[in-house]
Amino acid sequence: MYAQMVKTGVDRIQSSEEMSPEERAFQERIDADIKIEPKEWMPEAYRKTLIRQISQHAHSEIIGMQPEGNWITRAPTLERKAILLAKVQDEAGHGLYLYCAAETLGVSRDELMEQLNSGKAKYSSIFNYPTLTWADIGAIGWLVDGAAIMNQVPLQRCSYGPYSRAMIRICKEESFHQRQGYDIMMKLARGTPEQKQMAQDALNRWWWPSLMMFGPSDADSVHSAQSMKWKIKINSNDELRQKFVDQTVPQAEYLGLTVPDPDLRWNAERGHYDFGAVDWEEFYQVIAGNGPCNRQRLRTRVKAYEEGRWVREAAEAYAAKKAARAQAKAA
Amino acid sequence: MNEQEALFEYLLRLGDNALILGHRLSEWCGHSPALEEDLALSNVALDLIGQTQLWLNLAGEIEGKGRDADKLAYLRDARDFRNLLLVEQPNGDFAMTMARQFYFDAWHYLQLQGLTGSKESRIAEIAAKSLKEVAYHLERSRDWVLRLGDGTEESHRRMQAAIDDLWMYTGELFEADEIDRTMIQAGLGPDPSALQESWLDLVRATAEEATLALPQPGWAQRGGKRGIHTEHLGYILADLQFLQRAYPNAVW
Repeated sequence: MYAQMVKTGVDRIQSSEEMSPEERAFQERIDADIKIEPKEWMPEAYRKTLIRQISQHAHSEIIGMQPEGNWITRAPTLERKAILLAKVQDEAGHGLYLYCAAETLGVSRDELMEQLNSGKAKYSSIFNYPTLTWADIGAIGWLVDGAAIMNQVPLQRCSYGPYSRAMIRICKEESFHQRQGYDIMMKLARGTPEQKQMAQDALNRWWWPSLMMFGPSDADSVHSAQSMKWKIKINSNDELRQKFVDQTVPQAEYLGLTVPDPDLRWNAERGHYDFGAVDWEEFYQVIAGNGPCNRQRLRTRVKAYEEGRWVREAAEAYAAKKAARAQAKAA
Repeated sequence: MNEQEALFEYLLRLGDNALILGHRLSEWCGHSPALEEDLALSNVALDLIGQTQLWLNLAGEIEGKGRDADKLAYLRDARDFRNLLLVEQPNGDFAMTMARQFYFDAWHYLQLQGLTGSKESRIAEIAAKSLKEVAYHLERSRDWVLRLGDGTEESHRRMQAAIDDLWMYTGELFEADEIDRTMIQAGLGPDPSALQESWLDLVRATAEEATLALPQPGWAQRGGKRGIHTEHLGYILADLQFLQRAYPNAVW
């Protein structure tokens, strides 16, 4: 999702007998839905996996500012401009909450940013696709934020307290984001023929990458079982993907748009939509750094970070001077 | 020019300043030195976009030709824009953005304060609402001038350069023309030249505290209020107006 294929560093799940008394007590608390808080004992693998997952989520928020930020200066009305700016601003805020949540696990924001800038840390594959028209802003809100909500709502119940609380705050804002995206699509779909075409084109380009956001099929999802046992992943990738398709197809129909999947049809027996195969080769290529925008996104992020270095240093130097003066005055 | 026409022009000036500076600040979103600044710069930009809507909608009402804030923002060419040259200057580095902001905020605050006494109640109301927002903008930009001026050697050098570069665009802030004089006479707006002393006091005190040297009064670039802009405005409008121009009469 915003975190895809998070490694757990665990080859297989331990049975209760194999666990140490501490590990067993920890797992029992999780099974009883008791939240784990920062200062409590936790297995090293749990801590490391959570840092990976939360930071990947945070990085996705920060990198995700770029494709949408791309249209802030070109938004078509003052109201649209204000809404989009506020939305991208929210994403910076989400990044902040999430870095704070990660910091409770003993890693600093600077360390995490260095990992992102060096290309070592991952972020969601979806943000490596370009926003080519205004309709892409609608499609991102509708599909990408829609997919994100699908994953994040259950994470409000995840086992780690600070992450769970960050998710509760984030979900409130995400549902507003999704509505504004759908509202953009609605205006376009009910607009001129060119606008409708713009909306269809955006759906064509964002549909499959949105389905990829949920990560590989369960059969290929090697780390999911441990994460689910720890309750830092609540539903399986395929389960969420199906839920997303079921929710989104009627919305597309309402807009009068066509989902770009010839195999898509309602399966009355299953009570779900059947849909075509995702191109996983494309997904793995994007994850590996070969998506349309990977290099551009990272370069832009590194540039902002490096060009801001002197500002952050100045702020620190000034704060130190001010503190020293206050101390001298008090003495 | 009758009073109504002058008032329309005057409101365009107010709205265009907010529109163009808000646009410039929005360019920073996602590219600023820290996440906290992405949030803060966006907040200021959002305030200014909101003020734009209020001023330009009122301008459209006064004009009475059915133009609202969006029509005025998206369908005028550069020669019809009435913002100060200062606000259209490029973002440059963070010091340039903050120096521009500080010069503007210090003036904007005083101007809005004057406008709260306008005989036109709608102007006074918008000014009172905006004044609260701008008090915060000013506090923030002043703080950055201090932090960068009195921070490191590099930040001092950059802030000094920014203060120097933008100085020539500040003269225009205080020049009264025929439209300003009409507003003063009608009790609709303050005398720009009367704001200069308070502005200078604040700017001087801030520069001194920030260990910066303020340039000597010199030749002022002017023209924005009459629609004679720098080359930068055309590019701002090319971005801002793209969709409205490419798809005339579409609803977004």
